[in-house]
Amino acid sequence: MEMNRRKFLKLGTAAVAGLGAAAAVANPAVAAAVNGSYKEAPGKRSNVTWGMVIDMNQMDEATLSKCIEVCHKYHNVPNIDTKKDEVKWIWPETFEHLFLDEVHEKMGEKYKGKTFMTICNHCEEPVCVRVCPTKATFKNAQGVVGMDMHRCIGCRNCMAACPYGARSFNFKNPRDYLDEINPTYPTRMKGVVEKCNFCSERLAVGELPLCVEAAGGAIVFGDINDPNSAVSKKIAENFTLQRRTNLGTKPKVYYIV
Amino acid sequence: MKKTNIIIGIVIFAVLVTVPFWSAILSPANGAAPEVSFDTPVINQLSGDNYKCVEDVEWMRAHHMDLLNDWKVQVVRDGNRVYISEDGTEYLASLQNTCFECHSNYEDFCLKCHTYSNVNPTCWECHVEPTVVGGAK
Amino acid sequence: MIEKALVKRTTKSYWAWIVFLLALIAVGFAAYIYQMTNGFAVTGMSRDISWGMYIGHLTFFVGVAAGGVMIVLPYYLHDVHEYGRITVVGEFLAIPAIIMALLFVVVDIGSPMKLFNVYLYYTPHSMLCWDATVLPIYLLLNLIVGYSVLQAENKGVKYGKVIRGLAIFSIPFAFSIHIVTAWLYAGLPSRHYFLTAMLPAKFLAGAFATGPSLIILICFALNKLTGFDAGKKAIDRLATTIAYAYTATIFMVVCEFFTAFYSNVPSHKAALQYLYAGLHGHNQFVPLMMLFVVLAVVTLLIMIPRQTRTNYKILGFGCATAFLSMYIEKGLTFVIGGLSESPFGEIVDYHVTLPEVLIIVGIFAIGILLASILFKLVVVVKKDMDVNAFPQEDRAGLAARYLAEYNAANGIVEEPKAAVEEAAEETKAE
Repeated sequence: MEMNRRKFLKLGTAAVAGLGAAAAVANPAVAAAVNGSYKEAPGKRSNVTWGMVIDMNQMDEATLSKCIEVCHKYHNVPNIDTKKDEVKWIWPETFEHLFLDEVHEKMGEKYKGKTFMTICNHCEEPVCVRVCPTKATFKNAQGVVGMDMHRCIGCRNCMAACPYGARSFNFKNPRDYLDEINPTYPTRMKGVVEKCNFCSERLAVGELPLCVEAAGGAIVFGDINDPNSAVSKKIAENFTLQRRTNLGTKPKVYYIV
Repeated sequence: MKKTNIIIGIVIFAVLVTVPFWSAILSPANGAAPEVSFDTPVINQLSGDNYKCVEDVEWMRAHHMDLLNDWKVQVVRDGNRVYISEDGTEYLASLQNTCFECHSNYEDFCLKCHTYSNVNPTCWECHVEPTVVGGAK
Repeated sequence: MIEKALVKRTTKSYWAWIVFLLALIAVGFAAYIYQMTNGFAVTGMSRDISWGMYIGHLTFFVGVAAGGVMIVLPYYLHDVHEYGRITVVGEFLAIPAIIMALLFVVVDIGSPMKLFNVYLYYTPHSMLCWDATVLPIYLLLNLIVGYSVLQAENKGVKYGKVIRGLAIFSIPFAFSIHIVTAWLYAGLPSRHYFLTAMLPAKFLAGAFATGPSLIILICFALNKLTGFDAGKKAIDRLATTIAYAYTATIFMVVCEFFTAFYSNVPSHKAALQYLYAGLHGHNQFVPLMMLFVVLAVVTLLIMIPRQTRTNYKILGFGCATAFLSMYIEKGLTFVIGGLSESPFGEIVDYHVTLPEVLIIVGIFAIGILLASILFKLVVVVKKDMDVNAFPQEDRAGLAARYLAEYNAANGIVEEPKAAVEEAAEETKAE
């Protein structure tokens, strides 16, 4: 057979493709099935949607500090003190920062300067989930907006998208900013985005989120789908605010001012 | 082009293409298969029927990464935190809270074999290996 | 054919240029390694301004890549023959531009070793995924079409039907790459500088001014360096395209101002105030935006009147101002301006860092290196095949070449290339 360049390239391409396919078929390790099974997660099929009411009449600055410290310590959130690179799951903000659309010029300093607890809203229509190119951030069956750190590529699209500033990027190696590591919870690596996960690791075993436990009544947590739950009653009986409801994100964190 | 130039080119190409092979051969880790250690306080307490891993040891040796891969998806994304192994035992599907409980000797267990196989899993960038417990930096 | 870019008609200055670019690339690469070892803290990006210079440059260069379609579309769809000589310039411009755009994404990714998760866990509701889809496709189309067209020319035949089909197929992709990039921003609630339906149109109009401006500048540069002649009709027509596209772009900028300031909605005004006038004492971009305004006015004054637009000395200047003004508006300030007002209503500044600048310079060098090689290839092929493209070369130049070819064919020791070029130079000087 006469071999010219064109024929050689064609044959070569076919040979390489064939070899690749053969290797994939011949190697059984490529797709190894895990033979065990998983226990159905509690509450998975039920109609639970987790929500939270923060009662600002009870949430004083000491309680808030306690919530922050316990949460950050437990979740190995690094303590970076520059505003540019900081990582935070719960943090204090003033009223006018939190409720941009509810502030007016003459509002008294008493309300304006008041410190509020700030946390991811676990939106029903989360923009971060919409924009994430890998589904690294996702909304689970109970409405919790979670992060799959294994999958996050660190594109920071979610940070640009979140109207609540709830997300932090690991600009630095977080382990350099941890005095103590909780051995039962992972840290993060530099180059991924993180945020509050509503303590889904605790919810999974029937425990309340840590901040709720630490706040001693200032935060009520529960199923907002159930009209008889404590959280639903609290929302029904009090005047509550939510952050930036005009954006259609449907937050699940409510504030009693 | 001269014939010798072509031959030199082919030799350089061949050397570059086979980098993974000869770099592994030349690597100091190359040699006899490592002896991983099971000498940890928790494993030493196990006996009889309890002396077992999550799945069959041979299977674990070959497929622990597949199991961990599966766990990470099931736990993080689907919230299925309890794994039922083939013999029906239930385990909390957690590298840090289950695997490291027994295998608390990262250097003599995980690392030894990974160095030998020339693999570099990134698990430990986030998952805290037992030796780190009690203080970073 | 590619060997023509490297060995044929190369000069010492060409190789010096290549080595210089390679050095810049090495510096940029070192800066990238520094960024990846120390984390993104070494860039100007922050918790509030999560996208900065890299994504701004991505946006701008997607525009440059899309701009080439202003030659490709008229040539393939409307049989505008005067573009025949430069379609390949448009197609080849898109190649380095997209590669630069893709590199600006890669250097912006916090965990690049997980980059391919974008394809592994493909998520159609994410605009970034669509960006990662259309950009490589457009790159591939331009590689195939540009290379095939040039190769056909090299062999003195016309390109095949398939190539023509692919060229036409690439036209909607040119639009889509920039539309998708605009939608990356235009769908984010609460970022009011981004949240405008005008954005894709404004981006496209800007791109259709920027791309052709760069093509004219490249044609002028090739003319100076190699004597390549794009043809007066082609340049005039392209200049007209720029005039329309640039005017449309500025019109849309004005529209943004009208909506924000006539409605008087604070969040709509914030980014524009911050960029053009300063807000709450933050005014770092004001001088840059004033430069943009001046450049925009100058560009309009040059591009709209026929007399200035057809005067090549003035046109070259106008193309430079058009390109630079859009680089400021889209590449440098758009992304940071849009994110400058944090979700808490504070204005946050952005301080570009040295590693960031070096990485950007490195990517520019990669783009310019690719462009140099590709356009060298274009020039060599055209020089070999299309005598009319080089009227300056005739007589002495052609005579020297025919002499050299005869010598080569008959085994006579070849004249050094430099001498041939010197002879051509002398003729030019006369």
